[in-house]
Amino acid sequence: MPDAALPVPTISAIDGAVHSPRPHESAHKHVSGEAVYIDDIAEPAGLLHVALGLSAKAHARVTALDLSRVRAAPGVAVVVTAADVPGVNDIGYMGKGDEPLFASDLVQHVGQPLFAVAAHTRDQARRAAALADVTYEDLPAILTIAAARDGERTLVTAPMTLTVGDSAAALAEAPRRLDGRLAVGGQEHFYLESQIALAIPGEDEEVLVHVSTQHPTEVQHIVAHILHVPNGAVTVEVRRMGGGFGGKETQANLFAACAALIAKKTGRAAKLRPDRDDDFQITGKRHDFEIDYAVGFTDEGLVTGVEMLFAARAGYAADLSGPVTDRALFHADNCYHYPAARLESLPLKTNTVSNTAFRGFGGPQGMVAAERVIDEIAFALGADPLTIRKRNFYGVEDRNLTPYHQIVADNIIPELVAELEADCGYWERRAAIRAHNARSRILKKGLALTPVKFGISFTATHYNQAGALVHVYTDGSVQVNHGGTEMGQGLHTKVAQIVAEEFQIDIAQVRPTATTTGKVPNTSATAASSGTDLNGKAAQNAARAIKERLAAFAAERWGVAADAVVFAPGRIQAGDQSMSFPELVRAAYMARVQLSATGFYKTPKIHWDRAAGRGTPFFYYAYGAACSEVTVDTLTGEYVVDRVDILHDCGRSLNPAIDKGQIEGGFVQGMGWLTMEELWWDGQGRLRTHAPSTYKIPACGDRPRVFNVRLLDNAPNREDSVFRSKAVGEPPFMLGMSVLHALSDAVASVADHRFCPQLDAPATPERVLATIGRLRARAAGV
Amino acid sequence: MRESLRFYLGDELREIRDVDPTLTVLDWLRLDQRRTGTKEGCAEGDCGACTVVVGRLDSDGALRYEAVNACIRFLATLDGCQLLTVEHLRGPDGALHPAQQAMVDCHGSQCGFCTPGFVLSLFALYLNEDRPGSERINDALAGNLCRCTGYEPIVQAARRMYELGDRAADRFADRAATAARLAALADADCLSVGAAGRRFLAPATADQFADLYAANPDATIVAGATDVGLWVTKFQRVLATVLYTGRVQELRRVVDRGDALEIGAGVTYRDAAAPIAALYPDFGELIRRIGAEQVRNVGTIGGNIANGSPIGDSPPALIALGASIRLRRGSERRVLPLEDFFLAYGQQDRRPGEFVEAILLPKPQPGERFRAYKIAKRFDQDISAVCGAFRLRLDADGRVADLRAAFGGMAGTPKRASGTEAALIGLPWTEANVRAAMTALRGDFTPLSDWRASAAYRSEVAANLLLKLYVETTDPDADTRLVGDRRLAHA
Repeated sequence: MPDAALPVPTISAIDGAVHSPRPHESAHKHVSGEAVYIDDIAEPAGLLHVALGLSAKAHARVTALDLSRVRAAPGVAVVVTAADVPGVNDIGYMGKGDEPLFASDLVQHVGQPLFAVAAHTRDQARRAAALADVTYEDLPAILTIAAARDGERTLVTAPMTLTVGDSAAALAEAPRRLDGRLAVGGQEHFYLESQIALAIPGEDEEVLVHVSTQHPTEVQHIVAHILHVPNGAVTVEVRRMGGGFGGKETQANLFAACAALIAKKTGRAAKLRPDRDDDFQITGKRHDFEIDYAVGFTDEGLVTGVEMLFAARAGYAADLSGPVTDRALFHADNCYHYPAARLESLPLKTNTVSNTAFRGFGGPQGMVAAERVIDEIAFALGADPLTIRKRNFYGVEDRNLTPYHQIVADNIIPELVAELEADCGYWERRAAIRAHNARSRILKKGLALTPVKFGISFTATHYNQAGALVHVYTDGSVQVNHGGTEMGQGLHTKVAQIVAEEFQIDIAQVRPTATTTGKVPNTSATAASSGTDLNGKAAQNAARAIKERLAAFAAERWGVAADAVVFAPGRIQAGDQSMSFPELVRAAYMARVQLSATGFYKTPKIHWDRAAGRGTPFFYYAYGAACSEVTVDTLTGEYVVDRVDILHDCGRSLNPAIDKGQIEGGFVQGMGWLTMEELWWDGQGRLRTHAPSTYKIPACGDRPRVFNVRLLDNAPNREDSVFRSKAVGEPPFMLGMSVLHALSDAVASVADHRFCPQLDAPATPERVLATIGRLRARAAGV
Repeated sequence: MRESLRFYLGDELREIRDVDPTLTVLDWLRLDQRRTGTKEGCAEGDCGACTVVVGRLDSDGALRYEAVNACIRFLATLDGCQLLTVEHLRGPDGALHPAQQAMVDCHGSQCGFCTPGFVLSLFALYLNEDRPGSERINDALAGNLCRCTGYEPIVQAARRMYELGDRAADRFADRAATAARLAALADADCLSVGAAGRRFLAPATADQFADLYAANPDATIVAGATDVGLWVTKFQRVLATVLYTGRVQELRRVVDRGDALEIGAGVTYRDAAAPIAALYPDFGELIRRIGAEQVRNVGTIGGNIANGSPIGDSPPALIALGASIRLRRGSERRVLPLEDFFLAYGQQDRRPGEFVEAILLPKPQPGERFRAYKIAKRFDQDISAVCGAFRLRLDADGRVADLRAAFGGMAGTPKRASGTEAALIGLPWTEANVRAAMTALRGDFTPLSDWRASAAYRSEVAANLLLKLYVETTDPDADTRLVGDRRLAHA
């Protein structure tokens, strides 16, 4: 059985209890094609299909926008531009006014929408959109981080600095010091379902928008803002997304707003689904960074001080670049104690698409810098990188103050890494790999074990709240609705498990329903790995409210104390009385007991003062480690991942099957980011890797040939999270760093491990081969 | 002329008279039929979310089920075929098919959007092969991208499905009835369907094909549409006349001509792979890495040649092996060496109305060794940055008696490295001489930089491939291969 290897703690007899490896609630619909995505919703009569007209220039004044041929094209119903926006022409969540729905006189990146055309068929709309006559007057375009940092250094949002101790003094006094620069690439989300919105006009100011989004509330606000109507007139609904990964946190705004605008303007339903190539060009990606670092350390390899500058390509607008670059700083320590540190962000404006959230949200880029610094120290001292990693881990009782002045209070990384190190046979394999490389002329192996510590909570403290709505019907069936969105991560499954557990009924009786702003308002994005932590607690609170009413009712009816009413698996005991859940519910209904409740949750303990750079932004940390072994072809730079061992901390997992899926999938996605996934813009600012034909994500054969994934046993969350579980959406992504470092290790072997390869990411075969060439030249003294 | 398209959607015969010649199977399913289980991920045949299974009769009259990409396949090419989509898989009692149930059991879906495509690839595998090994599973799934799972649970499902079902008792296992129904659709008439003045022509014989093309030299010839499909979905090209090779059985045959293998221009990669691999195992390995299953099931070597791409993977191998092609216009035929067909970027030696009829692949001579190397960012379903192919023969003294080296991705056309060849022929096959020739190779090409690779990388790798050839042919213990059958390195 596939789940035989998973721990299956059983604490109750109901089907689908918490901690059980329950299949995804939609699995049977996924495999049969019956799961409904937005493009699958039965189309309303008279539906219009929308296509966007895009800028061909990276930075230019639009001196003329002649849309007469677009309007005259077959099937066209309406064409809209910035002039048609009744409200504020801004889709940025911060309301800075820097992200127009439609550009008018100025375009700031290739692919920026200038107008939209709606026609009877999708094909007609797309053909019409290509007919625009746009006259541009070119302006100088800043396309790269280098150009941005060397020029006027325009920032899209305020940068952040974190300081602890006196880093300048620490560097000056350090026995050893190294400086360097690391480049790490961006990443396209490549959610399999592209962006899409279907807007259906309603009465008065109302509009219903079905949209593939991680943040229905934000879409609601943006649509209201664009249409100049109250938030309450806009309902946003999403049953499921075909993948999100952060790419639908803010990026759905544009599509929803455009569809809603056309729906209200025409009185007809409107659907906007861009072609994949357009999706690539229009939507933001993971930020690429150039990171300057200086580290002071002792002869034993202990870090004494660190300074890092994180220059990020933000693109033309702020979007989430502020919090993303903040999180890079929050994770620039990864698992390592920096007695003194100064970490600065530089969210640089460029004439490229506005970069956005992507699983890890800047954290991965911060951690990559931390791991590079450790590698530098290891090579400088001729030590194994794992030795230096372990030496610099945060302490448990001391050496536990972060650069943002939060104490790491739940540190388990030393024992977690020790366990993995032993399990995967790190040192034996290290020796075997050295021996292999000594005898293999062309293929070289590499090995690396890297840790992860990821802070859980939105750093915007107010986002750490959630609501839920639970209905119990008189047949005992239950609906649960909450503010989180389902993008494949199994959130609805986990929430249904939580509700089933509370009522002690089989999960088949609990139906999660589409997320809608009409049921649970003022929600936060399903992001920051927080979906279950927040919404699970809110749903639990809602279920408990109903449970309390039922218990009070039963106590009164059968003359027992309320706390003597027991929700046992499938039965309720009230003194001598025993009844099924539907029986109790029916009796309660007849006695006019309210069987519906809202639930609310806010994360305790956290606070953050960004200006001061101090606080406790994270409720807790999730930990993990991975050991990767690779083989590199030194003639071509190609490589394969031979084996990966992962030990990951999910607290007390709510669903070990789903969590394992998050770990495996996150790892492979992280590996893809650091290896084969390369975004390539030409000199005109055109993204030339704009579809899967040119942008390569890992395929089936790229997964590790041996892939051992284990959840850390007996590690309940020390904080009061939902059933003591831990968030798992983002942390495993960064386990992919072990592949980059294993590649680096293999590359280092060509120069007998004398020089730090400083292998940048993405480590495409080309970059691997170039690094091999550089090391060989250095070894030869060229 | 037959003026209606006929195919089976599951068990249901569909006959369609007016059809846009470039309407894709996917758009027909989703927009026209509102069968929305099949998803669009990329509309260019690279993600597999739209995978469907097509049953067709092969040249021996046997029914064959193949996974294909619905997004770039034209509906009219289904004439005489059976189309199966995810909606067909549940049993009459609603039970999930083993390929579906295994995905549920193994937690093989997360967001679920790629899932119907994976299920159909698994379904095709289940129908065609019993308990394949890991490498074969990778190949069968290489054309399906998943961004959520990391693939491991899907690979587990590929094993698990054989434990859940009895293949022999599978609803789709009895092929005779379907084969008979498809055979009843076959005829010798040319199919001519269309709409709004545009035509899709699918002749049934080579003579019909030749006459039609001579009469309509502006027609677009389509075989697998793995390239032409993108002209439509990505570039919105309007094709007035489409001339389809797929019904012409003469073009779909591989014939042994004694000293050469004659490969009809309509032979798919899949059908060409085994006979070619029997002669040149490493060519077989190269074909394994062209596109993915869904592409190889429909894409043809003839198309790979005729579209003249500088980065097509079969031309370098064919040129290195001294292959020729036979061109035909009407009843007129001529044979020319493949390397002479490629004149310049986007330009081939093909006259109006003339088409590639067959490829003539010489059989190996004693002492010849052949190697092909494909270098890309990803091993599967990627386009080469560089593709290098070599045919080497050493004399009794270990001197290079003959060497043909051809490359893709290094110039505007697939091209021989003549300077490199000249630098080595007659010399002892030693590392020193090879290294000298690697320098010569840099003089043979001035590659471009693009998103697949820089010019510098292309030049360096192309030269290094010569060294790899040297190591593989001189050191039987050297490990040189990361993927595929490692034994091919020293075959």
